Amino acid sequence: MKTNLNMKKRLESRESVLIGLILLFMAVMTITMPRFIHPSNLANILKDSSILIIVSLGQFLVILTGGIDLSVGSNIAFSGMAASLINQNNPELSPWIILVIGMAIGLGLGMINGSLVAFGKVPAIIATLGTMSVFRGFTFVISKGQWVTAHEMTDPFMNLPHGNFLGVPNLIWFAIFVVAAFFYFMRYTRSGREIYSIGGNKSAAVLVGVSEKKVQFLIFSISGLVSGMAGVLWAARYAAAVNEMATGFELQTVAACVLGGVSVAGGSGSVAGVLLGALFMGLLNNSMTMIRNMAFFQMLLQGLIVISAMTFNVVMERRQDKMLLNRRLA
Amino acid sequence: MSDNLVRQDRLIDEFSFKKRISRLFSSWEFILFLTLVGIFILFSFISPYFMDYFNLMNASLSFAEKSILALSMIFVILSGDIDISVASILALSSFAMGNASVKGAGSGTLVIIGLATGLAAGIVNGFLVTKIKIPSIAVTLATLSIFRGISQAILRDNAYTHYPLKFAYFGQGYIGNSVIPFEFVFFLVLAVLMGFILHKTTYGRKLYAIGNSASASRFSGINVDRIRFINFAVNGLFAGIAAVLLTSRIGSTRPNIATGWELEAITLVVLGGVAITGGKGNIFGVVIASLLVGYLKFGMALVNLSAKVMVITTGALLITAVLVPMLLEIAKAKQKLRSQRSELKLERKAS
Repeated sequence: MKTNLNMKKRLESRESVLIGLILLFMAVMTITMPRFIHPSNLANILKDSSILIIVSLGQFLVILTGGIDLSVGSNIAFSGMAASLINQNNPELSPWIILVIGMAIGLGLGMINGSLVAFGKVPAIIATLGTMSVFRGFTFVISKGQWVTAHEMTDPFMNLPHGNFLGVPNLIWFAIFVVAAFFYFMRYTRSGREIYSIGGNKSAAVLVGVSEKKVQFLIFSISGLVSGMAGVLWAARYAAAVNEMATGFELQTVAACVLGGVSVAGGSGSVAGVLLGALFMGLLNNSMTMIRNMAFFQMLLQGLIVISAMTFNVVMERRQDKMLLNRRLA
Repeated sequence: MSDNLVRQDRLIDEFSFKKRISRLFSSWEFILFLTLVGIFILFSFISPYFMDYFNLMNASLSFAEKSILALSMIFVILSGDIDISVASILALSSFAMGNASVKGAGSGTLVIIGLATGLAAGIVNGFLVTKIKIPSIAVTLATLSIFRGISQAILRDNAYTHYPLKFAYFGQGYIGNSVIPFEFVFFLVLAVLMGFILHKTTYGRKLYAIGNSASASRFSGINVDRIRFINFAVNGLFAGIAAVLLTSRIGSTRPNIATGWELEAITLVVLGGVAITGGKGNIFGVVIASLLVGYLKFGMALVNLSAKVMVITTGALLITAVLVPMLLEIAKAKQKLRSQRSELKLERKAS
């Protein structure tokens, strides 16, 4: 019971630290660059972060079990390209149906990863490193190396992320919906709790009857599903389906997770943490495009953030363990 | 007493010539070798340019650098780790050489700078994995973007293209007046060296022990973390070697140099029969796998298959190479269980 309280306290503090960081960052940016705080820019940051939030939550589930999904970027490219091609060839088709098809494609790709890991016993990193290049390769195959550009897309399709509902852009609604769904799923459903249990202590979870195979298949499928959704939104938002789109996006999703306090060893992390981590990454990306030549530093900075966040997590965990040990000894 | 004799008989049987031969023919390396021969036969029928001594030798330039990355990757994977940052180390190393070359360094200095940069980057990985104790997947995913990020931040969208004339030998030179490229010979020399360390020294034996059980090795007095640290450092050094060769061969450095090569190196190691979970594999498999993938791609290029098809092939090869042995193992385990069950039933019936 005490451990539980302690864990909760730690997670809460992690989230408040992140909120503090975000506010501090925004304050610094506003002072150096007043146009940063302009409502249209803030809306832009939220819109930019939305897709990252959606995909990071899928990545979160995979990392929670100690795995990793390196194929999310290629999944986004394939499903985004497929959706754009469908839209180009069938302009009368409702964008919502295209969204569903895109999600189904993403789910299918995720299920391939899931089958390899759950039933083929291929380590997650190898399976997704392989499918990362396979999916990307097939993106080129279906597009024949061509782009789908804005004038080949229909207006309703491009309105899917850009339209408004109650004054809030649809893209943000999508993110809100996904966050709510994940929050409910991870906290109140049996499958969600099983994912935590496999990540926390696999052998104990298996002993009490949790199916490891089922959980692994499930998490990669979900990661694929949200990547498919993100792919359609990505293509429609930037009004272009490019073969190279979302290259390296997997690192950003991992960054959002570890910033949000998800342990790379598995077992701990929260939806709220990942949400804040993704928001922070979105904030960072946006501000980097505002400073001249900063875009070239993006890759370096992301890597540095990931490694510092992981080091921080590990040090905190170790301190936590030592505290628990001391208490037990006392 | 009789029990002992039976055991001895079995031991003799195990080492008998017949058993050894049959084991050789059913080994993974032999299957790889057959596939390699098959590829040669297939492509020599498809294209008249394939079976040409000069072409075959020159084609080795296209895979020697990747295969060198694979050689040191064996050590990392054998002891249960992984390093997906090698291609980025290569980029960083190439960037450092380009930068020094602009400032007028000679080719000897360039080589030292290239190797030192690779080694330093490998040490950073090793430090983070063994001292801070972050899983190697996570560490090298981060350093993958840090190492390449450094060269991208400084080089931006420019390129270094000025290298001393002498420097070109490493990647473009041939041995004496023959048509054998220096790179290919260098790869073979390194393969012999790494094979010796792997199969003839205690260091090599320790790698297998760690891969099979890190904790058992620790309790047997092996300094596990030191060996893992050395593995990452050597892997960085080899990425530095590959950087020297590649930079010398193409004569220019861009931030996106060698993108995706970590996939190729890991594929070679895994296809060569090294278990991705660690503890199993040998150097011959990886060398044959290097030739196999190298000449498969050469043949595919000869018949005009696009680069994208090759990327798909690499990814699919990687997955199949891991998947097939795993499925075989699962099937074997199931069969064993079944036979145990039926034995149990027979015993029960007898009693």
